[in-house]
Amino acid sequence: MATDAELRLRERLTRLRNLSLLGGARVSGELEKLQRQLERIQAAPTDEEIWRSVELARHQDRPYTLDYVNRLFDDWVELHGDRGRADDHALVIGLGRFGGRTVALVGNQKGRDIKERTERNFGMAYPEGYRKAMRLMELAELHRFPLLSLVDIPGAYPGVAAEQHGQGGMIARSQALMARLGVPIVTCVIGEGGSGGAIATALADRVLMQENAIYTVISPEGCAAILWRDAGEAKKAAAAFKPDAVHCLELGVIDAIVPEPAGGAHTNHDAAARLLGESLQDALEDLESVSPDDLKRRRRAKFRSLGVYA
Amino acid sequence: MSSRIDVSIEHRNVPEPSGNQHPNTCPQCSSHYRDDELEAALWVCPHCGHHFTMRARARIASLTDEATFVEEAADLRSEDPLDFFDLRPYTERLAEAEMKTGLGEAMVIGQGTIDGNACELAVMDFAFMGGSMGSVVGEKFSRACDAAAQRGVPLISVTASGGARMQEGILSLMQLPKTVCAVEDLHDSGQPLISVMTHPTTAGVLASFASLGDVIVAEPGALLAFTGPRVVQQTTREKLPEDFGLAEQNLRFGHIDAIVPRPELKAYVARLLRLFSPNGD
Repeated sequence: MATDAELRLRERLTRLRNLSLLGGARVSGELEKLQRQLERIQAAPTDEEIWRSVELARHQDRPYTLDYVNRLFDDWVELHGDRGRADDHALVIGLGRFGGRTVALVGNQKGRDIKERTERNFGMAYPEGYRKAMRLMELAELHRFPLLSLVDIPGAYPGVAAEQHGQGGMIARSQALMARLGVPIVTCVIGEGGSGGAIATALADRVLMQENAIYTVISPEGCAAILWRDAGEAKKAAAAFKPDAVHCLELGVIDAIVPEPAGGAHTNHDAAARLLGESLQDALEDLESVSPDDLKRRRRAKFRSLGVYA
Repeated sequence: MSSRIDVSIEHRNVPEPSGNQHPNTCPQCSSHYRDDELEAALWVCPHCGHHFTMRARARIASLTDEATFVEEAADLRSEDPLDFFDLRPYTERLAEAEMKTGLGEAMVIGQGTIDGNACELAVMDFAFMGGSMGSVVGEKFSRACDAAAQRGVPLISVTASGGARMQEGILSLMQLPKTVCAVEDLHDSGQPLISVMTHPTTAGVLASFASLGDVIVAEPGALLAFTGPRVVQQTTREKLPEDFGLAEQNLRFGHIDAIVPRPELKAYVARLLRLFSPNGD
């Protein structure tokens, strides 16, 4: 079982380490872009590897936001509630010391056992969750704390109350608030980057993605159900819309790939946290000297440049 | 209703197929009309008031003063960044949509005047691949924001969309933050976005620029939902309220400012334009 796939993964990991050194956050200019493209042609994952990423991104032992927080932060204080009507447990917010500075963190949170999974609504936020996130963003802006966001959500919750409380509008306003912040924002997709629910907290100066995370406009099952008229064709759908980190880097959607321990983040939480911590630290250091106006202007310019058309 | 799990973005909020019903037959009261009758009535059923879907060009003609609209960025076309192929290639679907609608994409932008008030317009067309938002829709909307900011005029958006265009994969999701950033730049220039939501305005478009209007109005009976009723029902098994996700419910819950019937829309938008104009004229 661990033979072929494992070997391919190890090999890819080595390639990815090179990629992230080359690329992402520090890359600008046409020359580097071409160089990156050259690298990627060799690194393009196969359909099998893409599906493996989907499975690993959803692995039940994969580290979640609080697993990373516990390993990376000192003096962590979790905050609760949206100051309006609820405390959405699918999303955690708080303050902590990271690399010698106070940072504000927002992260999607899934549960480990049945009880916790239910309590955290399988990681699917209600509009109240995004309002809770927005409350933290305002706090970060007021006190000049850099904002970190960890994204791991199958999708925003599709329910009657969620709609009545304004799911779509809240996702839009959470993004709009991020587009206005004058503090550095670093996002990492650490598992499932599911559609609108993910982008609500991912409008960042630096968007990172773990090696085996996925970032999607729709779940592979959902896409398959519509286009192939069969949810069982999820594997084909995933191969077609390419939600893996390498393709996201290629399309300019993310800035860098964060390596995971061999076999995936679930095999060694400590090592995964160390690798994530290094990448977050690098990204924050890059952004620290940039003025609030420049941060905002560049952040908007970056997202406004995304798309392919003729 | 089919039993398969349907959680699409592009298609999930599309109205139920009306079987063999003719497009000119009212789905609510079954009255049937000739093309010219419907056109004269702005595609509102004269009998029961049902609002039929309105095409982008007709919408622009109904809102702007005669011969004032000048289209912009009409030659933008979608690429196929993923070589997307499901049962058919994306490029084929695009070509077919263009043939069918006579439009290059699911959004038309340009400048014009409404009761003499200069403005920029960004109008979606549901007939072009379900009004789905891909790179070109995002870019056109983004340019409309810049054009409005440059000329110092408000932007009117009229949305009709099933959501993001999944054939462009993650890039279609990126049109959410892209259009959001464009609205923020528009706001920084001091100009408002007036958002008119028509049936259906769902998923990715509702979760981005459409919800950021300084004033948001909707047409009667329009479905305005992040997740449509079918998917909510299938996922949660909840009993849905009668008007789930419709404009009327959204007004009740405080998500929109008004429901304006189509024949009154031009005058309503003109009044807003006057209010936002520095001289009030």
